[in-house]
This record gives sequence, C-alpha cells and structure tokens, in this order.
Amino acid sequence: MHQATRGEQRVTAVTAGEQSGRTPAARRGRLALFVERYGRWLIILPPLLFLVVFFLIPFGFALKISFAEAALRIPPFSDVFSITPDHHWHLTPSLANYKYLLTDEVYAVSYFYSIKTAFFSTLCCLLIGYPMAYAMARSSKATQGILMLVIILPFWTSFLLRVYALEGIIRDQGLLNTALLWLGVIDHPLKIMRTTFAVYLGIVYSYLPFMVLPLYATLEKLDQTLLEAASDLGSRPWQAFVDVTLPLSMPGVIAGSMLVFIPAIGEYVIPALLGGPDNLMIGRVLWDEFFANHDWPVAAAVAIAFLVLLAGPIAVHQHYRVRQLEQ
Amino acid sequence: MERRASPFLITVLCLGIAFLYLPMLVLVAYSFNASALASVWGGFSTQWYVELMHNRQILSAAGLSLEVAALSSTGALLLGTLAAIALVRFTRFRGRLLLTGMVNAPLVMPEIITGITQLLLFVSMLQLIGWPSRGMTTIILAHIAFCTAYVTITVQSRLATADRSLEEAAMDLGATPFRAFVDVTLPIIAPALVSSWLLSFTLSLDDLVISSFVSGPRSSTLPMVIYSKVKLGVSPDINALASLIITIVGGFVLVAGYLMRRAERQQQLDSQLAAG
Repeated sequence: MHQATRGEQRVTAVTAGEQSGRTPAARRGRLALFVERYGRWLIILPPLLFLVVFFLIPFGFALKISFAEAALRIPPFSDVFSITPDHHWHLTPSLANYKYLLTDEVYAVSYFYSIKTAFFSTLCCLLIGYPMAYAMARSSKATQGILMLVIILPFWTSFLLRVYALEGIIRDQGLLNTALLWLGVIDHPLKIMRTTFAVYLGIVYSYLPFMVLPLYATLEKLDQTLLEAASDLGSRPWQAFVDVTLPLSMPGVIAGSMLVFIPAIGEYVIPALLGGPDNLMIGRVLWDEFFANHDWPVAAAVAIAFLVLLAGPIAVHQHYRVRQLEQ
Repeated sequence: MERRASPFLITVLCLGIAFLYLPMLVLVAYSFNASALASVWGGFSTQWYVELMHNRQILSAAGLSLEVAALSSTGALLLGTLAAIALVRFTRFRGRLLLTGMVNAPLVMPEIITGITQLLLFVSMLQLIGWPSRGMTTIILAHIAFCTAYVTITVQSRLATADRSLEEAAMDLGATPFRAFVDVTLPIIAPALVSSWLLSFTLSLDDLVISSFVSGPRSSTLPMVIYSKVKLGVSPDINALASLIITIVGGFVLVAGYLMRRAERQQQLDSQLAAG
C-alpha cells in the first residue's frame, strides 16, 4: 500500500494547491484522506460481509435448527430460543435429532456406504487419471494446451446432463447393450442401470477431470533431470517411476483424491439417477429427509454430523492447497 | 530432452478422453433421431428441437435460469474481484484468514450441505426481518456465494502474476491508485475477469442441488425441470435441450480458454521483450 499512499498524497497535494482555502477542496481532501485511510476496507468488506452472511452464518442456523423439533407450522420446526413476555430468554435445545441419528440404522449405514463408495471411486479415478495425466505431461507443449482444454471442457459442462448422457449409454436399451447384442457378445441386455456399478461408473465419469488436472499440474512441473539421473545410475524406467516420480507427485495425488473424494461422498444426483434403491448415499438420505419427509431438524442434524465427518478430509485438502499457493 | 509418453500411456489417455466425450456425442446424435425410441434410429429429424420451442414450461424455466445466471455471475464477478484484490494486495488485515477460508471452502463443500444450510438461513431471515422470500432472490444470493469463490480463485492467480511495477509507474506519473488500477492492471486481468464471468454463468446455469433447496414453489430453474423429467427416464426433447446446452456451454468454455491462453502468451511475450 505504500505506493498507493504516495500517489494519493501527490494528487491530494495538487488539488489542494490549486484551490487552496476553498471549501470544496478541503472537502475533497477530507474524502481523499478517508479513502486513503479506510479505502482498503471498501475493498475487503463487501465480499467478506457477503460471504459471512450467506456462507458462514447459514451453518450457525443449521446448527441451531438441528436442536429444534419438527413441528406442523411454517417453517416446520420449533423454536430453540424463545423470549417470554417478561423478557426472559428460554433455551430449549433438543438432542432428540442426534439421538435419532444414532439409533436409526439407516444413517450409520449410509455414512459408511458413502465413504466406501467415494473411496473406491476415488481409487478408480486415480488408476485411470494418473496414466492420463502422465501422458499429458509428456506430450509437447502445444499438445498439452489442447489436452488441458479437452479435459477441462467436460468439467464445466452441465453435470446433470453428463449423468443423463451416461444413462443413454448404459440403459437396458442403451448404446452399449445395443452394440453388444448386435455383435452377438451377449444374448440379453446387461443390467447396468440401477446397480452399484452404475454409481461407480457415474462418479468416475463425472469426477475424472478433477483428478487429472491437479495430477497433470504436479507431473508437468516434475524435474525431468531427476529421472535421467535415476536412469544414468542404472534404474529401470519402472523402478525410476516408483522411486522418483511417484513420491514427487504425491501432492497432486492427494489434491486430486480430495477433489474427487469430498464431493463424491456427498453426491446426490448420481445415486439418485443411476443407482438402485439400495445405493443409499448420505446425500440421498439428506435429500429425502428434507423433500420427502419434510423433517427439517433431522435434515439439519444429518448435515451437521456429515460436516463433522468431512472436517478431516477438508482440512487435508486446505493444507495442501495453502502449501501449493505458497510455492 | 523431451521424454515421450509410452504407447500404454497414450492409449489410456485416448480411452479416457473417449470415455469423457462419447456419452455426450451419442446424446447429441440421438437428439436428431426421428424415432422417440432411443434404441431405434428413425432417420434424421429436428422435430424435437421444434417441440422444445413450444414447451412453455421449459422455456420459462430457461428464461429464469438465464436471468439468474446473468445476475449472479455479475454479482460474483464484482465481489470475487474485490476479494481477489484484497487477498493479493493487502497482505495483512483482520479477517484475511476468514476470507481465505470462505473463498476456498465452497469449492470442496458438498452442494447438498451448502444448499440446506442456506435454505435454513433464508427461512430464518424471512422470519426475523421479512426478507428474502424464497424464489429468484434466494437462488441468486446462493449462487453469488459459490460463484464468488470461483471468481476469486481465478482472478487471484492472475492478479498475483501481474506486474506491479507498471501500476507503480503510473502512480509515480501522478495517477491515483484507483486510476492506476483501472488503466493499467484492469486490462491485464481482463481476460481472467471475462473467463471467470463465463464460468460463473455456466456454474449457475448448471446448478441443481442448491437451487432445489433455496427456490420457492413457483420458481423452477432449468436444471430442476430437467431433473424432474430425467428421473422418469430418457425423453427425446430433453436430448435436444441437453445438446443445445452442451453446445452453448462448450462454446463459452472454449472462448474463455482461448482468451486466457492468448493473454498468457501475450504476457510471456511482453516479459520476453522486457527482458530482451
């Protein structure tokens, strides 16, 4: 800000000099002084306040409502705080929702099921994404730019429509079954839709770019001379990969895995459209609790509990992101 | 020495890209299928596009979605740019850590959690201060919140690499910091601004989960209408709609990517010239 201050002072000095003693100049000088002193807050405050109100505070309300009870009214939950006519605060938190989460099996089952699904689909993304990113990093600079765009494009294309497009391929009368039947590989259509496999396929299909991009970013920066040194010292290419490339690309592996794992665990659209009734992921349970059962307090409690479970992976992700930014 | 990728790596890359693109290409192809049965090719036809143009529900949802996307991406552009300036230029201020956290968190926060918490906020606000009632306003506010994060990240990385000495030179020549920023730095970060606006627009246009939570009973965005139809199975007019959206969004991203790349190249060229 030093340079900014310098320039500001000069301008203030010029205008003050031109119109010395007159009130508008003095007023302008005061304005300039105000901007100079508090100007940075004019820049910082709008986004800060907006995000505090519309992103951070909502979690407070969710926490509050998770202690309320469902009620037949609008909005459909009881008051946690209330003020009696004689101005006394009443705090009536109810732990019933959290107890309910612990007693009803469906929540624990869906939590573990979501973690399992997210874990294995992240692993699949890694196994497919790593060779892709590696091939990208080893192509020529011009090709790399094009490949980047090719990978980014589906990433920004409508998520819902991509899942829908995948459905067109794997449906009973979809392209895959039609082709396989026509080729005579199978006699009757494969049942892929509404299975666990379809959910995995959907997650890998939707989130693969999230894995490839950070992996590519790390592999591209990798010092090639290290690999040459390894091969000069007699390392076989495969061994050099395991000893040199893989450890050095770990930040990319972790960043990519977190970018797939965290959203996959809370996925709603994929299990709802591609999965069967037994693919109960937590996002789907939360959605049903809210839209089908209209039990907002339980839905809030599920969201809070879910967030607590996600805190670990999110912290890992933030840690690596900050480190990456600092480099 | 440039190390070449092995045939194995190239094969995986090609298969991976085919995997990413094949379903979308098939979808576009089927949108021109005259037969309503997706498994039968009934000849080339644009009838589903014509039918789409007469579907009032879809048209009004599309109108709402475009309006929401335009307003929220503009709002997010303003707030996100301010946040990026704050984070890059002011190294120390109260709330910096908070701002950094809030800018990065929406990128990893599951949408379903963001959606439900924001809905609970809006409902509580309506109860306490009588604003905002659920509908377009709440959708826009929610979209601004998550798009701001994407804008900030994009503009931040661009601003961090912009050469500050030019701005300093402008100020030494008597420009106010504001003028120096507008005349010197703004043109440099303009491509990032354009591309982050476009990306916010597509993110907002695409959002299903958050909109479903925060919208009111009479305001259905396009993804919400699509989702309710898609849940019932494949339908040919949705194929046509999906193809249109994929083409438009794809075009947007290509333009944004092109602008960013051109700007990067220009900057490299400039620094080479400056160094040489």
